[in-house]
Amino acid sequence: MYTEKVMDHFENPRNVGELENPDGIGKQGNPVCGDVMELGIKVKNNIIEDVKFRTFGCCAAIATSSMVTEMVMGKTIEEAEEISRQAVAEALDGLPPAKMHCSNLAADALHDAIRDYKEKHAKVFG
Amino acid sequence: MKKRYYFDHNATTPVRPEVLDAMLPYLTEKYGNASSVHSFGRDARHAMEKSREIVATLINADPEEIYFTGCGTESDNIALTGTMTSARDGKNRLITSKVEHSAIMNTAAKLKHDGFQITYIGVDEYCRTDINQLKNVIDNNTALVSIMHGNNETGVLQNIEEAAKIAHSAGAVFHTDAVQSAGKIPIDVKKMGIDMLSMSGHKLNAPKGIGVLYIKKGLKITPLTYGGSHERGIRPGTENVAGIVALAKAVDLAMQDMENEAVTISALRDRLESEIEHVVSNVLFNGRGVPRLPGTSNISFPGVDGEALLFSMDIEGVAASTGSACTTGEVEPSHVLVAMGREPKTAQSSLRFSMGWGTTDAGVDHILNRLPVVLNRLRSISGGI
Ligand SMILES: Cc1ncc(COP(=O)(O)O)c(C=O)c1O
Ligand code: FES
Repeated sequence: MYTEKVMDHFENPRNVGELENPDGIGKQGNPVCGDVMELGIKVKNNIIEDVKFRTFGCCAAIATSSMVTEMVMGKTIEEAEEISRQAVAEALDGLPPAKMHCSNLAADALHDAIRDYKEKHAKVFG
Repeated sequence: MKKRYYFDHNATTPVRPEVLDAMLPYLTEKYGNASSVHSFGRDARHAMEKSREIVATLINADPEEIYFTGCGTESDNIALTGTMTSARDGKNRLITSKVEHSAIMNTAAKLKHDGFQITYIGVDEYCRTDINQLKNVIDNNTALVSIMHGNNETGVLQNIEEAAKIAHSAGAVFHTDAVQSAGKIPIDVKKMGIDMLSMSGHKLNAPKGIGVLYIKKGLKITPLTYGGSHERGIRPGTENVAGIVALAKAVDLAMQDMENEAVTISALRDRLESEIEHVVSNVLFNGRGVPRLPGTSNISFPGVDGEALLFSMDIEGVAASTGSACTTGEVEPSHVLVAMGREPKTAQSSLRFSMGWGTTDAGVDHILNRLPVVLNRLRSISGGI
């Protein structure tokens, strides 16, 4: 039911853990399945230098979390903002229909983290 | 290939070699249609009627009360819909439980859609149907009470003798889904007051595609499909003779060593549970401590997702389940565990190990060896979030 890429990211998730002093944090949960994900970013000169995640969830939730961290690492904030739910699922060669919502968790947590970063950033300069 | 251990006997079971040997001639040489009058047909009919007698013995029924169907799901459908649509005196209520298999749940949902009244009885924290609630809600408008025997997710046995008495006191018919229990623990339809009972071959080491519905003599039910006079019109269609012979052989084997097998399998299950407590922290057992099917263990591991656990164990060579196989792919937590009062999140963190013929100590050891590693890995990914 899962693609090889999903199973690879599930078995060997990249960038697991918590950042010390993250510049932005995003947290998302799905009330139906109870799955939760948290993603933190470190930003320098508008570039995402480091990213880490923690996920309580199914295979798809873990794989999409891991995938999204790979996709944003080294990207500019603007590039990262462009990453959609669909793009995450596609980068894993697709997800089963019943599992599409799992990719929302990861993409939404990323966008929350960016928003959080921008808010903090604005305060510093404003 | 890496050694694999099968712990999903409640989903389906391997066909025993004796069963395969018994059925093969009915596919190759004795392939007659049981309705034909020539010698090929007579051979098939003879085997079928002999099989009917064996299956009847398992549950202390009469052979003419045994109807062969295509699977447990079909038996459940015929029992529920067939009874409700032929209920007399305007009776239009069906009472069932909140922990039934989807074969009952979705048939009940369809009946509700068709205008019947459905009432669902709750269970306690150990998955036992609330008999008092049944007593309170039953009325003269109740045509049928359907309460399963052994629960497929927790293995917990329901007090069907008591439920049958209550059904009869209100003039209702009593059906039980015994798909998980038949062949594993003794069933006596006469002593237990069962009017209808569903069974399925593939849960007791016969192949998939053969089921049984026991209907007590004198009960009138409307068939769901129409055709020839096979199975006295209750289930028309040329009989699956090879499957029927296989089922009878499996039943015969089950009857021969039911008690010993139950003791052996319970011992494996009990060892798994008591040792899991030692090798991993923070586990909750679902349905432990009350009468259960011998080989079913349902355990919650808070902090990890059941599906992630299932796939991780699969990679380690252990085949388990997160509930009923039919609902895999859905994201809702198990309706059974939720009915027992488990938090949805805890329910979502559960795994079922089910054992049967062929389960060994080596398999249990392998689980005990790999489970702690897998749980640590998954708990480190969730990092206590
Ligand atoms: C309790 C119960 N009822 C009914 C069924 C359905 O049986 P079958 O797979 O033969 O349709 C199953 C198994 O899936 C079951 O566990
Ligand atoms: S099932 Fe909810 S995140 Fe996958």
